[in-house]
Amino acid sequence: MRWFDRLLGIDRRWIFLAIGVAVVIPFFAPMGFPVVVTEPVRRLYDAIEELPSDSKPIFLSMDYAPATTPELDPMSLAIMRHAFRRGLPVVVMTLHPAGYGLAQRAIATAAEEFDVEYGVDYAFLGFHPGIAAVMLGMGIDIQNVYAEDAYGTPVADLPIMEGVRNYDDVPLLVSIAGSAYPDSWISFAYQPYGQRVAAGVTAVMATDYYPYLDSGQMVGLLGGMRGAAEYEVLIERHDKGVRGMDSQSVIHVFIIVLVVLGNIAYFAQRKGKRPAPQEA
Amino acid sequence: MPTFVLTTIAALLTLCAYSFLYKDNPFYKFAEHLVVGVSAGYYLVIYYYNYIDPNVASPIFFLRRGGEAIALGGAEWWLALIPGVLGLLLYTRFFPKWGWIGRWPLAIYIGGYAGLGISPVMQSRVLEQLRANAIPLTSVTNVLLVVGLIGTLTYFFFSMKHKGILGGLARIGIVFLMVGFGASFGYTVMSRVSLLIGRVEFLLADWLHLIE
Repeated sequence: MRWFDRLLGIDRRWIFLAIGVAVVIPFFAPMGFPVVVTEPVRRLYDAIEELPSDSKPIFLSMDYAPATTPELDPMSLAIMRHAFRRGLPVVVMTLHPAGYGLAQRAIATAAEEFDVEYGVDYAFLGFHPGIAAVMLGMGIDIQNVYAEDAYGTPVADLPIMEGVRNYDDVPLLVSIAGSAYPDSWISFAYQPYGQRVAAGVTAVMATDYYPYLDSGQMVGLLGGMRGAAEYEVLIERHDKGVRGMDSQSVIHVFIIVLVVLGNIAYFAQRKGKRPAPQEA
Repeated sequence: MPTFVLTTIAALLTLCAYSFLYKDNPFYKFAEHLVVGVSAGYYLVIYYYNYIDPNVASPIFFLRRGGEAIALGGAEWWLALIPGVLGLLLYTRFFPKWGWIGRWPLAIYIGGYAGLGISPVMQSRVLEQLRANAIPLTSVTNVLLVVGLIGTLTYFFFSMKHKGILGGLARIGIVFLMVGFGASFGYTVMSRVSLLIGRVEFLLADWLHLIE
């Protein structure tokens, strides 16, 4: 069997095993690859950094399911840590039913690192279905949509929501999402009400949102675990985002090598199948 | 139940799911069916306690909304009752004799969302994007953006044969499309690898405590 036939015939399970090993090794032998901050991430960081210390609350909409937590949980934590470090109040909500438990876990993790109080420095409004109806309703009166928080307390009784009636009172809304929720936030919050919107999305979705960034419809964008890592670098609090970057880089190099080898073998195989030129 | 037991269960289910990479097997099927069932049950509870109870059940049956009492027969009571009844009527679809009734709330639902959505979506995804692409051709990136946009749109114009200038523009569009697909594929690879990294980190740190 020729070398390119052997190469193209490798059982894919060996490749899976090699990728598994390549992911594990950097956890035991960190390589410390640098994480360079890109402009979309810096724009979101600056948007939060520039808010006055007596600002009304930032809204953080955690709209994702457990399947995307490795990419999106680090983003949610990084943004909450940034806000709490600056003394900015945060109101968390979710439009995804699976986001309820994930939001509670992320809030608990971030809140225990700072001296913050529920109802004053942060609140969790819980889950509400309806997407467009919720977004449009919040533009008129947030309490019409979220009458109570996740724990049954009337929203009107929460000190953090004092003076917060609708989008006019929300300086920034960040949607951390594993599906097309940021599209809806732009359509139903930014477009009709002028609400400043930023997003953190999975890497597979990031390319869909660069047009919104370039047009100014979105303030900033975090894309995948890489975006979370960049944000962690900016807030100087390295966590799962930065830790995953070494494995990410090793795997990407490995895949590039496989793609190049595969292409070389493919073209060699095609050349090998062509009949030899006839001699005169 | 102690945390380490729950963590071990989660870790074993993770390994069951990944066993599919070797070949399909009963452990993988068990994990797959378990996640479907648990998700359905979890979503049902979340929907009931976060939406149906505070917005439908409590106002209609207990005359309370947002911690405040509402009047039976009052505006808020009707605003909870009518949508609640319309929502229940959707389930008449399961009964062939009464299924036609379900078309009415469905029509209201579709018509309402179409009306709410057409204008803002048109604005955000078409008009604003058009405005953002009306840029001066004073830099290389601006020229690339406009040429790529026109070329890509030309490629999807099928009312005329792609010959001559039109064909040339379409071929330019194909190049930009391929670059876009390549970038999208690269991001997809990054995304999938991130999910694997997350699971491996859970197994090594939270379950086996081999790393901090």
